[in-house]
Amino acid sequence: MSTITPEIVKAHQLSTAEYEKILSILGREPTYTELGIFSVMWSEHCSYKSSRLHLKKLPTRSQRVLQGPGENAGVIDIGDGYAIAFKIESHNHPSFIEPFQGAATGVGGILRDIFTMGARPVAAMDSLRFGPLDDPQAGPRNRRILEGVVAGIAQYGNCFGVPTVGGECLFEPSYNGNPLVNAFALGVFKKDEIFLAKARGIGNPVIYAGAKTGKDGIHGASMASAEFTEESQQKRPNVQVGDPFLEKLLLEACLEAMKTGAIVGIQDMGAAGLTCSTCEMGSRGGTGIEIDLKLVPQRETGMTPYEIMLSESQERMLLVAEKGREEEVFRVFRKWGLDAVTIGQVTGDGLMRVKDHGVVVAEIPAGHLADGAPVYDRPHTEPARRAPLEAPAFTVDDPARDLETILVSADVCSKRWIWEQYDYMVGTNTVQGPGGDAAVVRIKETGTSVAMALDGNGRYCALSPREGARLAVAECCRNLSTVGALPVATTNCLNFGNPERPQIMAQLVEAIEGMGEACRFFEVPITGGNVSLYNETLGEAIDPTPVVGVVGLLKTGAPLTIDFKRPGRPVILLGGFGACDERRFGGTQYAKAVLKTVWGLPPLLDMDYEKRVQAAMREIAAQGLAESAHDLSDGGLAVAVAESAFGPAGVGAELDLDSDMRAGFLLFHEGPSRILISTERPDEVAGIARKHGVEAPRVGATIGGRVVIRQRGTVLVEREVALLKKLWAGSLEKALRG
Amino acid sequence: MRFGVVVFPGSNCDHDAWYAVSHNLGQQAEYVWHGSEDLGGLDAVILPGGFSYGDYLRGGAIAKFSPVMAAVKRFAASGGLVIGICNGFQILVESGLLPGALITNRGLKFICRPVDVITATVNSPFTCAARPGQVIRAPIAHAEGCYYADERTLDELEAEDRVVFRYADNPNGSLRDIAGILSRERNVMGMMPHPERTSDPLMGSTDGLVVFQSMVTAMAAK
Repeated sequence: MSTITPEIVKAHQLSTAEYEKILSILGREPTYTELGIFSVMWSEHCSYKSSRLHLKKLPTRSQRVLQGPGENAGVIDIGDGYAIAFKIESHNHPSFIEPFQGAATGVGGILRDIFTMGARPVAAMDSLRFGPLDDPQAGPRNRRILEGVVAGIAQYGNCFGVPTVGGECLFEPSYNGNPLVNAFALGVFKKDEIFLAKARGIGNPVIYAGAKTGKDGIHGASMASAEFTEESQQKRPNVQVGDPFLEKLLLEACLEAMKTGAIVGIQDMGAAGLTCSTCEMGSRGGTGIEIDLKLVPQRETGMTPYEIMLSESQERMLLVAEKGREEEVFRVFRKWGLDAVTIGQVTGDGLMRVKDHGVVVAEIPAGHLADGAPVYDRPHTEPARRAPLEAPAFTVDDPARDLETILVSADVCSKRWIWEQYDYMVGTNTVQGPGGDAAVVRIKETGTSVAMALDGNGRYCALSPREGARLAVAECCRNLSTVGALPVATTNCLNFGNPERPQIMAQLVEAIEGMGEACRFFEVPITGGNVSLYNETLGEAIDPTPVVGVVGLLKTGAPLTIDFKRPGRPVILLGGFGACDERRFGGTQYAKAVLKTVWGLPPLLDMDYEKRVQAAMREIAAQGLAESAHDLSDGGLAVAVAESAFGPAGVGAELDLDSDMRAGFLLFHEGPSRILISTERPDEVAGIARKHGVEAPRVGATIGGRVVIRQRGTVLVEREVALLKKLWAGSLEKALRG
Repeated sequence: MRFGVVVFPGSNCDHDAWYAVSHNLGQQAEYVWHGSEDLGGLDAVILPGGFSYGDYLRGGAIAKFSPVMAAVKRFAASGGLVIGICNGFQILVESGLLPGALITNRGLKFICRPVDVITATVNSPFTCAARPGQVIRAPIAHAEGCYYADERTLDELEAEDRVVFRYADNPNGSLRDIAGILSRERNVMGMMPHPERTSDPLMGSTDGLVVFQSMVTAMAAK
């Protein structure tokens, strides 16, 4: 047996203290295989050692929550005996190194998390961040990464057969060396048919199912727990390769096998592969697991125990079945043409024991491995911040031209080029697909639909992680309310730099606390998610980017969409004109796209007011009073009006704003808690707003083909809808051509 | 009327087709496993969309070897109604039940988009309930949907009134805007757009239902 030198320990990204903890757990020196097992399980990616302490501050419970954090996905009761499982997870590091496979396997991983629980995936979304496509140095690479990521998501999701119904895609220079790919999936099942990743019943067989194990993805979890250096491109072999067809077969086989009643517990092999699934299932079940690697189906010969245990080959599952009923499970997998073999059994000794042809190569207490990772209270100071607090001198001289500038900017322009590559309709449940404020997917088995949206704003969070995280939760809930859905639960993906730097750690802590406050206030507990740290390249960290995915419920019916339908309809700005000052204007798209600089603080959020606006909106939607509704976000009122005009009807609006706010602020500030509504019944809308104590000025009416915005009679913007739409619609494709 | 929806490994519009025919149209529908060699008294067969066999090699290239396809061929030869949608259309051309090929879209990318198709003939069991020239809105969702055939075949298809749907605004480069074609005996039809996706009012349109309704009408007239 080899001797473990300090160099070997260091190469496994374990600290001296961590290694000493391993020695004390084992009471001896680890084998090389054991060291590898510890290194992946105690990696940041798998152990949450830097964030765990703070994640406890998040609310995780409500009457609807059937399963909170700690399982493969969170589960929410949606009534009528049904439940939904959903989660978001990052695949940032692999997507930078190999964009297509990195993104594809990110989708594959999150889908497995959903159907592992027994739920059939019915929707996927993705939150993406890239460096600017026109960056003087990184532009060509950023374009290549975006194209690869989109193609990877498309190939995996389309072939698997899950509709990709929405998401977001934003650009900042801080993502030049660290693009973000956060994949979300949601599935449906009966609430009494939830499967958990617990190994129970001593003597029960442990079954390996799905793809064979190869050498791909070894140490992927560790790679995702380190900064990038100039040598990172050499880590390409650490990126897994996905096969969506195999995953589709695995889905059908798993759901069918679950119906036999012979399955006790099941977990997918994702990060840290066979290692993670065995020790976590043992740990959760309070049992041990013993496997023999000679029984593991392998894609190539001569793999070492170390490689087999650390491989992150995709489309694999670990199951525990009832003893004596293995054949029922095997029969189903055979039907779908998949490998399924017994590789070991559940034991009562709490150990994860790995044998290779009968010889023990690793023997570790499962609980220590899965949950015994050190928890760090990393020092945190003031959050890192690059932007100044005070505003530069600026004037808004030509707001119509500025509106055009924002509409063609990468963040705001149409993302159709991306989402048309995704099959967003398969399943015939997509009531509202990409391009709306929230996606809506009906549940065929009940009269309920599920609305969902992803939101994150690194630009706001860079100015204030706490306020930015609160705003993300508020906006996501507002997106749902705008389509008439009641927000009920959240999944989160926390993307940050190196937590060992106190200023970065401070961003993480403040963002988690802000998110916790908002989730508590809006009653959308966090049921699971993922933390992705070390998003740094050559010492440059990404903007702090907490992303939330909120899900909501509504009665199935025709969707409430963002576009104006008919001319001559009154237009109401639910929530009012809002407030802004120079400092709070510094995080807007106007600052970014027009003034090319960012400063100050994010928009100010009054959570109580926000909640009342959302309640009013839901009531308006439920009573069918709104013909269109679009929430104000990036680019403020002017962009919301323009986007509402980009529907098939080509209907614009003529507004006259009765406000004494500075014209530039009035048009472009991004104060939250506002929704633009067109309605045939303005008095009833106003009545509901009044009831909730919410402002709802009638700002004008829809008209054919033009967007006209005045402030007390003075024209600020006047443009043809067709012209604006052409700029907005074609911008991304143009940028991708370079 | 009894519809059978074939399930290949990788079919992923099978549930959708089944739902459209059973729930939206109110007919009987059942799944047929790809390993099955007997269609057991079905009135019509649907080859659904998806990625049968992962589209390995080419869309439909492996599915044509499935045992069920031998049964489908016999069924078609005896006059049974067979409709292939998207991947199902690819399987039909690979199997030789329909002429031509479906190649990579002109834009080289997967496209998911609602498109308008024009009913080019109502002289078929798949369009007999439609009006001549009726525009049907149905989504496409494919990367290999560009219909291709040699000039002689295209001329023959047109001369024999076998082009059943044409794109109003060609999204994928299909020759002569062809979106769907019929077999010579007119009982086998393949189309790239998905009528099952516009068979439910909640999906924004019920235009696609006319295809399945036509099949019911044609069966009743038999």
